[in-house]
Amino acid sequence: MNRAFRTVSGGRIDRTAPVKFRFDGAEYTGLAGDTLASALLAHGVHLVGRSFKYHRPRGFLAAGSEEPNALVRVGSGESRSTPNLRATQVEIFDGLVAVSQNRFPSLVFDIGEINDLLSPALAAGFYYKTFMWPAWGWQKLYEPLIRRAAGLGRAPTAADADCYAQRYIHCDVLVIGAGPAGLAAALAAARVGARVVLCDEQAELGGALLSAADATADAWRTETLAGLTQHANLTLLPRTTAFGIFAQNFVALAERVTDHIAMPDAGLPRERLWQVRARQIVLATGAIERPVLFANNDRPGIMLAGAALTYLHRYGVRIGKRVAIAAETDAAYGVALDLARAGITIAAIADPRPAANGPCATAARAAGLPIRTDTRVEAAHGRLRVRAVTLAGGSTERIECDSVLMSGGFTPSVHLFSQARGTLRYEAALGAYVPDSDTETVQSAGACRGILAHDACITDGQQAGARAGARAGFGDDIARSVTLPAEICSIASPAKPRGRAFIDFQNDVTTKDLRLAVREGFVAIEHVKRYTTTGMATDQGKTSNINALGLVAGERGTDMASVGLTTFRMPYTPVTFGTLAGAARGNLFDPARKTPIHAWAEQRAVFEDVGLWKRARYFPVPGETMAQAVARECRAVRATAGIFDASTLGKIEVAGPDAAIFLERMYVNGFRKLAAGRARYGLLLREDGFVLDDGVIGRFAPDRFHVTTTTGGAPRVLAMMEDYLQTEWPDLRVWLTSTTEEWGVIAVQGPRARDIIAPLVQGIDLSAHALPHMAVAEGSILGVKLRLFRVSFTGELGFELNVPADYAAAVWDAIWQAGSTQGLVPYGTETMHVLRAEKGYIIVGQETDGTATPNDVGLGWAINATKGDFVGKRSLARDAMADPHRKQLVGLLTDDPAMVLEEGAQIVAAISGPLSRQSLGHVTSAYFSATLGRSIALAMVSGGRARTGTSLFVPVADRAFKVQVTSPVFFDPDGARLNG
Amino acid sequence: MLLIPCPYCGPRPEIEFAYAGEANIARPADPAALTDDEWAAFLYQRSNPRGLHAERWRHAHGCGRFFNARRDTVSDLFQDSWKPGEPAP
Repeated sequence: MNRAFRTVSGGRIDRTAPVKFRFDGAEYTGLAGDTLASALLAHGVHLVGRSFKYHRPRGFLAAGSEEPNALVRVGSGESRSTPNLRATQVEIFDGLVAVSQNRFPSLVFDIGEINDLLSPALAAGFYYKTFMWPAWGWQKLYEPLIRRAAGLGRAPTAADADCYAQRYIHCDVLVIGAGPAGLAAALAAARVGARVVLCDEQAELGGALLSAADATADAWRTETLAGLTQHANLTLLPRTTAFGIFAQNFVALAERVTDHIAMPDAGLPRERLWQVRARQIVLATGAIERPVLFANNDRPGIMLAGAALTYLHRYGVRIGKRVAIAAETDAAYGVALDLARAGITIAAIADPRPAANGPCATAARAAGLPIRTDTRVEAAHGRLRVRAVTLAGGSTERIECDSVLMSGGFTPSVHLFSQARGTLRYEAALGAYVPDSDTETVQSAGACRGILAHDACITDGQQAGARAGARAGFGDDIARSVTLPAEICSIASPAKPRGRAFIDFQNDVTTKDLRLAVREGFVAIEHVKRYTTTGMATDQGKTSNINALGLVAGERGTDMASVGLTTFRMPYTPVTFGTLAGAARGNLFDPARKTPIHAWAEQRAVFEDVGLWKRARYFPVPGETMAQAVARECRAVRATAGIFDASTLGKIEVAGPDAAIFLERMYVNGFRKLAAGRARYGLLLREDGFVLDDGVIGRFAPDRFHVTTTTGGAPRVLAMMEDYLQTEWPDLRVWLTSTTEEWGVIAVQGPRARDIIAPLVQGIDLSAHALPHMAVAEGSILGVKLRLFRVSFTGELGFELNVPADYAAAVWDAIWQAGSTQGLVPYGTETMHVLRAEKGYIIVGQETDGTATPNDVGLGWAINATKGDFVGKRSLARDAMADPHRKQLVGLLTDDPAMVLEEGAQIVAAISGPLSRQSLGHVTSAYFSATLGRSIALAMVSGGRARTGTSLFVPVADRAFKVQVTSPVFFDPDGARLNG
Repeated sequence: MLLIPCPYCGPRPEIEFAYAGEANIARPADPAALTDDEWAAFLYQRSNPRGLHAERWRHAHGCGRFFNARRDTVSDLFQDSWKPGEPAP
């Protein structure tokens, strides 16, 4: 294809380095240094997208990150493609593949364009007003249809094949934006010795200087860059967007590392998130030109005047052959002069102001350009490309053209300043908002505070940089002397174009929509924004916000300042999920904790997630269902023996001369009189008297306790213990160590448990006399250190063997071998739950819900009444804690023994009448007990213990089950088996 | 992300810390001597000011120690921090 629109010389592209790429299937050739936008424009391609709602043909509006229209999907293959990239920021390389979006079947012919004809039905808030019937229609019919028709690109269907990195960096001065002000600021701060980070969203540093055909400016840029690179204390980050500022100068930067490279080094991340903590920030984020409002101002070929200048001077591309200009600034005349010099015909310059006497306008007039003051562009004509404009002034005139430039004034980019909680004020001379004043740590310099002339920007940047350095402790502070010019351009009164003029190009919001919103009574600008969605697209209203404010002000008959401004939110430009996620993907997203027995269990068990832990839930033999496996495991534990991996139990080593005193103050139980070699069930309350955690606590020496906690509770309990120890009782000589990961815990439970482990254990007398229930001892097993607990969570004779985690798998194997001839079976958490429920043992978090006292769950006996204060004791003394109507732990037996209740089901006293509507409590645990040959349930029931023997009902969807209230201990209530 | 001055380790990012409520609320030496109202005040009543707030933090993923700090609840800026038992600056 021809490249008729490329100039013969000039620009920052490399004319000796052609680059081949594809767009919508066609091959094009650009030059190294081109963006996708400039390379397509060099071929005269303007039509690159379809709009969000009306599917109108769209071209390039801008040349930078503010581009709302030219969104493309880049990359081939689902695992390496990105939707919604701005073609104006995509750097081309050999083999780049890009496609347009939101069109079917093609850009030139898009069925969705019917929406444009239907636009009267699709005005602001249309989805609130139409599509109301039938009632099911919205969810099933309309919304899916609307969502399909409207939209941007689609998400890739395959997982992202690239990797992403994250880095933290601290600096004295962070300069955001590397235009004249930013470069000057960075150099000034680096010179006084500050550690400086300078970032810019573009590939090349220089900002607006890159678009100027000005040898002096380019020389200054080159010299300044050379100066910057001499400073070792300076980090330059091109292709890096500062997308958010957070509390205390914490700034998030997204660096695009490899997107511009055809064959990137496999070791490089695609993007890198920089999390910067800066003492001082200088914002040099520039300003963005505004579109002019006239009918059909969104046709391909219509763009911002500054963008045309960038394409010409930076990329050597003429945007058209015959250009009309809607000028409301003097800068527009400068653009016209440069374009005319490059051989482009200026068809007309329409300026609504009565006179244009700025320096550029004067020069343009002297050059004989066709200037019409007191004249507006009223409408553009053409569909896939602009063909002509109608000018309305003294007379109406049609001007043929292939491009239209708009220059509606400049909007300082105050997004980041506003995010940093800086206050803004309306600057009438500029027709936009500017920072009201700097904060202590954030300064604005250059165009982002309304200073537009390059030399003034440089001075302003130098002063801001030096001041930032001084405030960070380097060099002397200096005054900021650059002030806003009194008059920048005379903004015409808010335009009232006939027809539909687009305000928010990306969200397809028009002047009609905003007028409608104001007519319907939306006064607050935040409401107008939400109702019309103006400024809510992914471009964050960069080109649209001020025009929207101006139009609303005009409709309301007030001034811009009193309309106010909508909130600026991060991200400044869209950020990929990959950058935010970094390495936290796949296996690293949510780390899995595995016990030392995991590899063994993995061969045999079905697992469940318990917090971060992977726990073996049951061990089916081939052909077994879960219910069958659990029933078999339960019977085996009661008949012979079972082996269970209890390594996930939380463990805290509490050591020191005052350890017993400390535990007495923390737990409800007494510990001072607990002999070494004995263990006790410990119950831990919060200060409000409710159960927080429980576990067995063994005393291995007068000054050493082995505390166990629930699987999920270990961090919480340790943090609470540390709190009391460090801040309430710092005089106690106690040290706490988390040992959860140190010990592997193997539970062997059942009548044969002792016989199975006895041959392996050394140095411990396992007899019932020497090691009764709730005794502990230290010894060894297979030569490995052993902390042995004689405890039971099953109601059977039981042992928990704590061995160093690294040896736990070997010890487990040995016990498994030894037990295989004695009927030993492995069992999982499901069987553990059933067995403990048969015994009425609670699980904290299942029977308790943060409002249960010890007495509520039948554990009042654990409280040592004779010792002194403990955490939660005072709260238990409140009258309400002794209320007989409190919910209490009971057992429930269904009339139908096969019926297993649902956990969480409500409990009532009657099937009908008022009592049927009053919940007495709920089912907390329910299982089928193979041992008892029937279902069992635990429940928390109001005044439950007094109801023992009575009948209650558990209503479910369409029926109610009758249940008998019983003791929560269903099996071996005397505990004879425990003590075997 | 807040920058929190640990008096033991220096300024560190917020993710390393756990908030631990308002500072200077000592657990009563003899809770049994308190009325229900007094005990409820200890348990639940907090100042919740607009402006400077003395509060406790724990450098949970650092030195593990609790300390006191003053934070402006409007700006989120920390004014100072000190070790438990030390007088407020």
